[in-house]
Amino acid sequence: MMNLDLRLPIGLMFTIDGVLLIGFGLVSDPAIYARSLGANVNLWWGLVLLAFGVGMLVPSIRPGRRQPKSEG
Amino acid sequence: MPGGKGTEVQMGLREGKPAGAPGPAALALAPRAAEHTRALADHPSRALFSGKTDVRLIQLGAIDYTILLVYFAFVIGIGWTLRRYVRSSEDFFLSGRSIPSWIAGLAFLSANLGAQEVIGMAASGAKYGMMTSHFYWVGAIPAMVFVGIFMMPFYYGSRARSVPEYLRLRFDEKTRGLNAITFAVMTVFSSGISMYALAKLLELVLGWNFHTSVILSAIIVLAYIFLGGLTSAIYNEVLQFFLIVLGFLPLVLLGLKDLGGWSGLSAKLVPVATSAGYPPGAWSESWRNLGSASANPMGVEWFGMVMGLGFVLSFGYWCTDFLVIQRAMAAESMTAARRTPIFAAIPKMLFPFLVIVPGMIAIALHTSRGGLLPVGSDGTPNYNLAVPVLLAHYLPSGLLGLGLTALMASFMSGMAGNVTAFNTVWTYDIYQSYIRPGQTDRHYLRMGHASTVFGIACSVAAAYATTRFNNIMDMLQLVFAFVNAPLFATFLLGMFWRRTTGHGAFFGLLIGTTAAALHHGLTLPRGAVPGLKGAFLGQVLNVYPSEMAQNFWTAIVAWTACFVGTIVISLLTRRNKTDAELGGLVYSLTPRQKDDQLVWYRRPSALAVVALCLTVVLNIIFW
Repeated sequence: MMNLDLRLPIGLMFTIDGVLLIGFGLVSDPAIYARSLGANVNLWWGLVLLAFGVGMLVPSIRPGRRQPKSEG
Repeated sequence: MPGGKGTEVQMGLREGKPAGAPGPAALALAPRAAEHTRALADHPSRALFSGKTDVRLIQLGAIDYTILLVYFAFVIGIGWTLRRYVRSSEDFFLSGRSIPSWIAGLAFLSANLGAQEVIGMAASGAKYGMMTSHFYWVGAIPAMVFVGIFMMPFYYGSRARSVPEYLRLRFDEKTRGLNAITFAVMTVFSSGISMYALAKLLELVLGWNFHTSVILSAIIVLAYIFLGGLTSAIYNEVLQFFLIVLGFLPLVLLGLKDLGGWSGLSAKLVPVATSAGYPPGAWSESWRNLGSASANPMGVEWFGMVMGLGFVLSFGYWCTDFLVIQRAMAAESMTAARRTPIFAAIPKMLFPFLVIVPGMIAIALHTSRGGLLPVGSDGTPNYNLAVPVLLAHYLPSGLLGLGLTALMASFMSGMAGNVTAFNTVWTYDIYQSYIRPGQTDRHYLRMGHASTVFGIACSVAAAYATTRFNNIMDMLQLVFAFVNAPLFATFLLGMFWRRTTGHGAFFGLLIGTTAAALHHGLTLPRGAVPGLKGAFLGQVLNVYPSEMAQNFWTAIVAWTACFVGTIVISLLTRRNKTDAELGGLVYSLTPRQKDDQLVWYRRPSALAVVALCLTVVLNIIFW
């Protein structure tokens, strides 16, 4: 009965958040990163979110695949 | 979630829930480290948010609001997509028993991972240091493994639709009624109290309007449960789980990098410990200072910790609370149901790094660099603000929005957990049993929708009541803590001793509750005034070093009284269920679960061994 593969919305949301953070990291004023010890954390963590999001998304949209089955 | 406001006592009790488990209702609040919870909770209006509404620690930018809005869109979108799969009351309340165990497991975690856990555990980390990890490594993990291996066969196998329904099958109607009613009332109050705590926190650190926060969060949670029922709540809990982890992790990584890793953090915690008169490692070691109650900031010794927190409170919460059990009951098969809590145990054991370490970082910074946390009029730092303060300290706009969204997510997952547990118990155990039995399934499905609205409306009312009547809320929580403390003894006897009778269970529970109240009423934590904190019977027989110690011992006393009382009354009364009726409900009358044909990593028993070994290793590393 469960026809929604949960990896789809999760993957989609983190992909969007990742892209948003990367984009913001590229254009934001470097001065705001003083508090994060000088690291552009938006850019780096955005990449992490993007990788996670894509990792969830890809298997969920490959044809013929459903959520990992459990045997029952 | 546990509401935040428990009094310490309850917290204690509730806390029992060990780490995090917020409890279900009663326990609910306290599950987590009691104190914090309490902290949050209990002084919502006082300590936590002591009056200053203009602190405004955090300024949000457009990017932060965008991330928050993306999250809102997704949670509602999931409910919208799932709405067409809800055709029967089983779909709505039990997800049609079709959830794979990895999803059920993460939902199991997330449902009790309320904002109080995040805020409260960090507060405890700041106040007590690494000892707070006992809520996980002594409390939650062993209990989660136990419920998966030993108890789930009865819950799932009996086809009961709720924990109270199991009690009816195993014992009798009155035991079920008692459990159903206290549970239903408590979930509503818990969710209201946590709504109150979150709205207050947002008002304090962001300057958001209190009413807007309450109404907005209520509407979003209502929307996605109303549309998709338990499936929607569970799916969103998984989404929220990942958001909470990925939202808070940068905070921990930045904090540890700043302080020079674990060793740097431990070094900076030495002055915190020595200045308070404890051994140097008191804030960075979990077991070494448990030899005597005076050597650690929690004021407990190892026996009270292991028995009170580990055995009674944690097992009581994780093994009997329908809020979490419901997730496993929704699993697609018996094996999946048994794996659910064990799967959950593996990420759960890493949670101390996510929720306790930030508190330790905050207190280390506070002490070594001066005044990070706001200090109250009595000179103690406001531990409840550890997480918001750290968010503001380390995260720039962008990640700040993500961290704040994670906080909102934890709050909503906890609230949804309460609401879905409430509407099920209300509809099946109260409405269908006592008010309108024998209606069509369609009728009960409609009642499910109606009770979701009703439950959330009551939560909102409880949130507002909390703003006006703090003491009544504290008192209610205390009463519920008393009611819940002995529950685990009843389940243990019911599942493993076929001679246990319905009268034994019912009166045993009442005896346990009375014993909890008496113990609390005759003892006092050091430095407290008689009243809600204890000694309300006018006599003080014992003074405990801390509220935590008092809570643990209240739980031990309640459990023991219920255990002994149930046995004695069972032996004095006639069995009300035959062996045939108890098949599938009692250990000795139920065929053993066989899972030999599965690969080892799909076998509940093998996973249980892995989880327990890893927990032992963690205890040793942070000894």
